[in-house]
Amino acid sequence: MTRYGIRAALAGLAAVLVVGAAGCGDGDSDTGSGAATTGGARSAAVSGTVTVFAAASLTESFTQIGKDFEAANPGTKVTFNFAGSSALANQINQGAPADVFASAAPANMKTVTDAGNGEGTPATFVRNQLVIAVPKGNPKGITGLTDLTKPDVKVALCAEQVPCGAAAKRALAAANVTVTPVTLEQDVKAALSKVTLGEVDAALVYRTDVRAAASDVDGVEFPESSSAVNDYPIIVLKNAPNKAGAQAFLNWVLSDKGRNVLTQAGFQAP
Amino acid sequence: MVGIDEQDPAVRPKGPVPPRRRTQRVPAPLLLPAGAGLAFLVLPLAGLVYRAPWTSLPRRLTEPEVLTALRLSLQAATIATGVCLALGVPLAWLLARVDFPGRRIVRALVTVPLVLPPVVGGIALLLVFGRRGIIGTWLDSTFGITLPFTTTGVIVAEAFVAMPFLVIAVEGALRGADTRYEEAAATLGAGRWTTFTHVTLPLVAPGIAAGAVLGWARALGEFGATITFAGNFPGRTQTMPLAVYLALETDLQAAIVLSLILLTVSVTILAALRDKWLTAP
Repeated sequence: MTRYGIRAALAGLAAVLVVGAAGCGDGDSDTGSGAATTGGARSAAVSGTVTVFAAASLTESFTQIGKDFEAANPGTKVTFNFAGSSALANQINQGAPADVFASAAPANMKTVTDAGNGEGTPATFVRNQLVIAVPKGNPKGITGLTDLTKPDVKVALCAEQVPCGAAAKRALAAANVTVTPVTLEQDVKAALSKVTLGEVDAALVYRTDVRAAASDVDGVEFPESSSAVNDYPIIVLKNAPNKAGAQAFLNWVLSDKGRNVLTQAGFQAP
Repeated sequence: MVGIDEQDPAVRPKGPVPPRRRTQRVPAPLLLPAGAGLAFLVLPLAGLVYRAPWTSLPRRLTEPEVLTALRLSLQAATIATGVCLALGVPLAWLLARVDFPGRRIVRALVTVPLVLPPVVGGIALLLVFGRRGIIGTWLDSTFGITLPFTTTGVIVAEAFVAMPFLVIAVEGALRGADTRYEEAAATLGAGRWTTFTHVTLPLVAPGIAAGAVLGWARALGEFGATITFAGNFPGRTQTMPLAVYLALETDLQAAIVLSLILLTVSVTILAALRDKWLTAP
């Protein structure tokens, strides 16, 4: 008689799986670029979708730059994929249809150019420095890297694969401090969010991230961050579906208009 | 849902079972999409096996990081399944056997984590069990317990995601089970608890097993809620899916190897479950 049980369970499971599958769709961004590449690189008018893969730390500034770019180039649409630079580099090398790649560190850019997926040489457009992000008001009274070793201080770091994690490792080495983090996050915004949520007492993130989240977190500067400055390179990708648009966007980022947005966000000029 | 039909052994006439007649021709409008569907499901997995770095596989499999992540995954998924069983079976019984007001709403609520993206589940867990969460604050101040970034946190996240699978499976089994046995037990003087432990549970045991295995597999593959709620730290909260995700960013081969392990474990479980069905009394 247990047959009934099994069969009913299976019927239930079937229903569950159908429902589950409906929720499984991975929100893959639509990158359907409208315009074909305009043959001449010097073509004044650009159009269509420009797909930009950019480091998570560029989220706020590039979103603004994208809006400015769209306003100045009617008919264009800039779509972004913000994530950890290592994840982006991997996606590009796996054939993701991207036009521009902006990395938070040369190492991840090198992954892309070594695979022959870059066009020309990357241009460094900004630099960024680490600070200690703490919850508003700095409840644990953190003043420097050595405070992060205290047993009652929970620390989030970026995973070493992503630029902020690599930079944190350099900074901690320079300060000769060993920190045992509670978590290694997959990008800088994830590390920051752990501070915003109050789950950790401190995280090593970029100065620009703290500025973007100024209503929730405070930043504590520390001298050793000068030995872990990240250069941000940007490049047009070899298999860019919209090469003209990609070049125009890159030029815009390097222009005064682009640089103004970036410096206001807390980035330093290269 | 479940009716007595001629295939059922209980009513099938005695004697040798006649071989089931196969239809001679399968209509193309059904065969073609069926084949495409099969290929769609099988090809990616075949690709995984095809691209696996077989020569360096033994060395990679024994890397301490891999073993650590695998051990943590198996432990967490097993404990999470235990939690699901302890809480989910009574909940399923309540839904199947007790007619109380709002039962439909409760059932709908139980299934919400099924349709919820796991990341959302992770955020929800943080808001309740996090250090500043409604229950988390109390846990921290009273017992000094914080769940995020601990293995317990991984178990909580996995149980949250896996329990609905078990509840629905067990509830379905309970609804399909013949209540006459329970009624007979009751007329013979058995209390509701005795009936539950001595009649109901053995009756639906295969359904519970199926639900537990499915819940275990779901817990083993859990990613979104875990990384959101429990974070990522090797040996403590970095389960296999998290290790796969992070390995993919730097070392595709390592990610393939880790995926292959997860695939092997899943297929083994499915095979075991299938045996269970076929050999069920």
